[in-house]
Amino acid sequence: MEFNTNFILGCSAIGAGLAVIAGIGPGVGQGIAAGHAAAAVGRNPGAKSDVTSTMLLGQAVAETTGLYGLLVAILLLFVKPLVP
Amino acid sequence: MGQGILLSGETEVDFMIHGVFSYELFGQTVWITRTHVCVLIVMLIIMAFCLFANRAIKRASEVPGAFQNVVELVVEMLDNMIGGVMGRYAVNFRNYIGTIFIFILISNISGLLGLRPPTADYGVTFALGIITFVLIHFNKFKHQKVSGVIKGLCSPWPIWAPINIISDLAVPVSLSLRLFANILSGTAIMALIYALLSKVALMWPAALHVYFDLFSGAIQTYVFCMLTMTYITDACTTEES
Repeated sequence: MEFNTNFILGCSAIGAGLAVIAGIGPGVGQGIAAGHAAAAVGRNPGAKSDVTSTMLLGQAVAETTGLYGLLVAILLLFVKPLVP
Repeated sequence: MGQGILLSGETEVDFMIHGVFSYELFGQTVWITRTHVCVLIVMLIIMAFCLFANRAIKRASEVPGAFQNVVELVVEMLDNMIGGVMGRYAVNFRNYIGTIFIFILISNISGLLGLRPPTADYGVTFALGIITFVLIHFNKFKHQKVSGVIKGLCSPWPIWAPINIISDLAVPVSLSLRLFANILSGTAIMALIYALLSKVALMWPAALHVYFDLFSGAIQTYVFCMLTMTYITDACTTEES
């Protein structure tokens, strides 16, 4: 079956939109990490710098899955691998 | 293709890597791209800073001047960060971690200077990831010996060896993709704003630059160096020590 280029581009745009839904997971995870870090600082204000650096490191690692979704979206939109 | 080589903001959405010129080498066409030019500029900035820092430290005085203070602050900060994570292995890796920290930081915030950040090119970040991968495994074989490495691969059971190998191979890929995707997303969003809102994008995108270039860039630099240090310390640690 033959599809024209515009149809494939439209489907790519829909796919890119679906791919960035992956951002939900890291958003929830980072929020949980930040909430627990705030609770830890409240309990022990002296350890603020340690808690902050641990939180940032964990959040950056948790962010990776969301970034993979973003990469797929960017590839679909700008590199257009599906267009013949 | 030739115009606006170094500028990240143009009239149309454009944040891709463009070739500047190409040449033939052994039958292959090799492109010199925007990334090469930007890496060169970043290198020149770092080299100039290093030359001045070297001169300032050679003529160090008892009461430090402004520039000597800055240099001492940078070195002390890096030493504290590396010493805090790596402990007694810190001495051997201060040079490498300090170098990549400064290089990635200047690369990430070079978006402020109108360059396309070199770290928004997967070729640059994957090279950094490969260097880390080689360092991890060199130190693993050096400190744990071959028997320790095989024992590590076969834990908890020998049948898990393929999964352990895959997770080892995923380290440089995930390290480099994290840095690349973060900086690329910042570059893409800034390009979209400048292109789509070019009539109203006056002054206020500066606030977004602070977030996407300064904050995000500094965090990702810190994370890349932190993870590199953690992996290398893991590789150096044997069961006895």
